[in-house]
Amino acid sequence: MAYSEKTRGMYSDILTGLQDAGLFKMERFIHSPQAADIEVEFPTGSSLKKVINICANNYLGLSSHPDVVKAAHEGLDSHGYGMSSVRFICGTQDIHRHLEKMVSEFLGTEDTILFPSCMDANAGVFEAVLTKDDVMISDRLVHASIIDGIRLCSAMHDTFKHSDMAHLESKLQLHHDRRLKIVITDGVFSMDGDTAKLDEMAALCEKYDALLFVDDSHASGFIGKTGRGTHEKYGVMGKIDIITTTFGKGLGGASGGCVSGRKELVEMCRQKARPYLFSNTIAPPVVAGVIKVLEILSATTERRDKLEKNTEFWRKGLTEAGFVLKDGDTPIVPVMLFNAKLSQDVSRGLYEEGIYAIGFFFPVVPQGQARIRTQISAGHEIHHLEKALDAFIKVGKKYNILGKSKQEIIEMYGM
Amino acid sequence: MENMHDVVREYVVNEYVEDDTEVTNDTPLISGGIVDSFSMVSLKRFLENKYNISIPDDKATPEAFDSVNKICTLVKEYIG
Ligand SMILES: Cc1ncc(COP(=O)(O)O)c(C=O)c1O
Repeated sequence: MAYSEKTRGMYSDILTGLQDAGLFKMERFIHSPQAADIEVEFPTGSSLKKVINICANNYLGLSSHPDVVKAAHEGLDSHGYGMSSVRFICGTQDIHRHLEKMVSEFLGTEDTILFPSCMDANAGVFEAVLTKDDVMISDRLVHASIIDGIRLCSAMHDTFKHSDMAHLESKLQLHHDRRLKIVITDGVFSMDGDTAKLDEMAALCEKYDALLFVDDSHASGFIGKTGRGTHEKYGVMGKIDIITTTFGKGLGGASGGCVSGRKELVEMCRQKARPYLFSNTIAPPVVAGVIKVLEILSATTERRDKLEKNTEFWRKGLTEAGFVLKDGDTPIVPVMLFNAKLSQDVSRGLYEEGIYAIGFFFPVVPQGQARIRTQISAGHEIHHLEKALDAFIKVGKKYNILGKSKQEIIEMYGM
Repeated sequence: MENMHDVVREYVVNEYVEDDTEVTNDTPLISGGIVDSFSMVSLKRFLENKYNISIPDDKATPEAFDSVNKICTLVKEYIG
């Protein structure tokens, strides 16, 4: 055994340092299924508290939907629990391929390959399709999993300022001599809830002969008139060369992800993407659940329509109450508090009122941009949102921030 | 003739600074968190185009790019 006291001490010091810096993350134990109403043990050891959850990625309220749960049960019975193999040895069932076809149909793409998670899809895709002769040009606010994928790839890498099309264009010109250029963005940015201007990006990519990559994890199932994603919202279905997305948020919320797009690129992933080659894919009951989710969403837009109405209600309510929000029209609604401690205090105040929402602060968001990120769901009823709004107003009054501008809040609490 | 230090500093500010951080010729760029090592490539390509030089990848290190002064020293090594 080589785990000496010295080594242990070194790690304890690092962990204490995280605690002292206020960067130590604590889990809260939920004792119920994921839903609008949950039962939480917090702090650890305390008795259970019933609260309304407004910080899950359960956008469509499908995480515990009875039809999805039933389909997963049936999948468990018909296809078993696990595969004990990666895909290309003996880990592919009929339902895996069926799901891939359904995803292609849903997103309007040529083909799809499943990954254990979208983190894995993003980690594997660039290395599988690009070489050192190529360049990746990414928005400066893309998700961490994309950054990891970029790091693992030998192609040249450059960035453009968040959603700045003129800057992106200058980068496409600068790198005109590379074999391939690929522009990389999130469809919906998870911290601010804004969307990438995919119509303009697709036009630029056409003009400069570049591929376009979109991670639509916070969009698939509900953004766009029929919920196909950010590409539907911007009228560019069929023009995105690679879409990655997750089944761990709106699409049932269990786990799994995929790369969907041009069939040769998908095939390159099947031949070369390391998380696909060296890790088990999605387990059969989860595959069966996602298939049911896509069946539900293909049959009716009821759930995304309800989500849209709920989101309008929520944004309007918070705005009228006098909170500072980030502009946007997605179900990610950040309530800006600017100061890190204030965001934690407000989160605690909300919890006391039976509302579960978390404060985000540096380094998750830039310094001075602390916030409570609220996320609306089709699983919320208006009475949930009314109760949450009442709680926000009560806590907002306590901290005297209602009707106050960004400048005034910063004057009171600091950055 | 344009002053190289001014040209480089102006490029760095336009390209990387999105708030009112002030950049001098000595400001640590990469270790100071102004330029992330990820985005350095456009700076390298800008210099190569502007001064018609080619900087080998193994010379374009984060250390060599850590301030306007250091960058200009590097560039001058490659200008004929
Ligand atoms: C934009 C984005 N991409 C990818 C992921 C990772 O998804 P998964 O949980 O499937 O790994 C997330 C989740 O946090 C995300 O927000």
